[in-house]
Amino acid sequence: MANANSNPAAAGVTPIGLRRRITDHVMTGLAVLTVILVLLPLIAIFGYLVYKGIGSINLAFLTQTPKPVGEAGGGMANAIVGSMLILAIASLLGVPLGIGAGIFLSEYGRNRYGDIVRFVSDVLNGVPSIVIGIVAYGLVVMRQKHFSALAGGVALAIMMVPTIARTTEQMLLLVPQAIREAAYGLGVSRWRTTLSITLRTATSGVITGVMLAFARVAGETAPLLFTAFGNQFWNLKPNQPTAALSLQIFTYAISPFDEWHRQAWAGALVLIILIVGAVAAVRIAVRHGTLAGA
Amino acid sequence: MSNQALPRPRFNAPEPEHGPSERGSKVAPKVEPRTAPLLQGKVSEIPDAFFAAAMRLCGFAVVALLGLIVYQLVIGSHLSWHAFGWKFFGQSDWNPVEDQYGALPFIYGTIISSILALIIAVPLSLGVAVFITEMCPVTLRGILSFLTELLAAIPSVVYGLWAIFILVPVLRQYVQPFLATTLGWTTLFSGPPYGIGMLAAGVILAIMIIPIISSITREVLTVVPQHQREGVLALGATRWEMIRLGVLRNARAGIVGAIILGLGRALGETMAVTMVIGNRPEIAKSLFAPGYTMASVLANEFTEATGDLYLSALIEIGLALFLVTIVVNALARLMVWSVTRGQPARSLA
Repeated sequence: MANANSNPAAAGVTPIGLRRRITDHVMTGLAVLTVILVLLPLIAIFGYLVYKGIGSINLAFLTQTPKPVGEAGGGMANAIVGSMLILAIASLLGVPLGIGAGIFLSEYGRNRYGDIVRFVSDVLNGVPSIVIGIVAYGLVVMRQKHFSALAGGVALAIMMVPTIARTTEQMLLLVPQAIREAAYGLGVSRWRTTLSITLRTATSGVITGVMLAFARVAGETAPLLFTAFGNQFWNLKPNQPTAALSLQIFTYAISPFDEWHRQAWAGALVLIILIVGAVAAVRIAVRHGTLAGA
Repeated sequence: MSNQALPRPRFNAPEPEHGPSERGSKVAPKVEPRTAPLLQGKVSEIPDAFFAAAMRLCGFAVVALLGLIVYQLVIGSHLSWHAFGWKFFGQSDWNPVEDQYGALPFIYGTIISSILALIIAVPLSLGVAVFITEMCPVTLRGILSFLTELLAAIPSVVYGLWAIFILVPVLRQYVQPFLATTLGWTTLFSGPPYGIGMLAAGVILAIMIIPIISSITREVLTVVPQHQREGVLALGATRWEMIRLGVLRNARAGIVGAIILGLGRALGETMAVTMVIGNRPEIAKSLFAPGYTMASVLANEFTEATGDLYLSALIEIGLALFLVTIVVNALARLMVWSVTRGQPARSLA
């Protein structure tokens, strides 16, 4: 592609005019400029996150609950555990349903019904997270009459399902038909083939999809505002209001107190580290450990 | 188990090769016995039927989820719908004390902040996509696409935190005074430079939708057949002319789809916008002034909604937001799909 400019000249064709050459260089320069402009905020965000957050992460931050306004110290331990609780509920509800829907799409959904499900899950993917929060509020909070980790988990589960369904479908479709036929040929029933052969072969891809969905909802705040609600104290009961890291960052960030701002930065850094850590851990487990598939 | 599964296709592999050579005569009778299970009688059909039903149920549940969302929103908003009707979307009076609700300021804020985000994000994301697919050395390609995708992995609330403490002060001290002196006459950039306001919301939204627009544009550009590029180059075009005539023109529909998909994301984005837009239900002409969006009013007021009508009005805003994003997303999907999976546009013309 680099010798595109010299080729016509070498062939004796009229050389490219000055104006066209300048346009070419200007557009290349503009493209490089856009790349720099896009990378700038990325570097700025990660830079400030580490710069502002690292000084505030200490043992107290990781082991204590928030202190009242005006008192220094305290931490987000309850929010870190709360986030894990909500995410565990969300994964328990969302992952089996999402994988099931993915199996349906790839193994039983090569028809009109599959197309409907495929389109609907794409549509679900685009529903704003805050709207999902309203739905979980109506489904769980209104019935229970109070906020709870369960409601937050339901909201996040609804967000996970479409992503997992579509990636699972794509991964299962990559498994060669011959492998399925080999199993059928040995007399293995269809459900057993799907679970022990097809899904097993695609394990690492499916898990990558699950982690993608997990990472997407792990930092979500909007659907938790009126479902999990937040809590200043320890709570491990799924039917009680629960603190979440993202909620705590939000509350602290919009507060007028310097001490809380400092903790918000630390919380944001911990949140990113937890998300990246979880994804990396599962990736490594998939590649080397007991979860290894094909 | 998985290691045992791998050699099996090798056992099977020769058979399809037999097929073409002895087409018709020998293959047809050969297939017949293979479809019947070897261990006839031992394989029950009941677990199979049960499993198929369970998987169909999971697939159906996805559709049911969408139905559930619509149901919840419609039921929740009917009180407000009966009270205000269409007037709800035309009134700019939002007064919970007197139970008067009009969604116009929020609709205005959502539209203006999203358009502003698109104006900033579209040239940048197209530039990045074009650079990565058409101009950059192969070694840099992977790194650059990874870095832009990384922007998509940052949670919205972290964007908001960064915007409050870094972006807003920068806007207040440098960008807004500059815009006021150079473009103040347009009245778009007038009034006191708070930093917080519509402009800040637009900028942070732009940063958040750049990875979406650029990654889908990249996907669309790579689908453009290579001979399109070669053809235009062979006619003596410069690289930019090749990109403009051979690549961008062919990918037009897909690029528009990518932009609309970014718009869909911007319309529904909540946390980062709520943290920097100023949250005042007013329709102001200046981009420096604070505003409010549909998503942020839900985030701020939903838990504090005391009256039934108040809550219902908020849910109606949610319903409107839902419907708009559904339409926008469906449109975008169709446009992207028409490029990536449909016939290559005019490739034979």
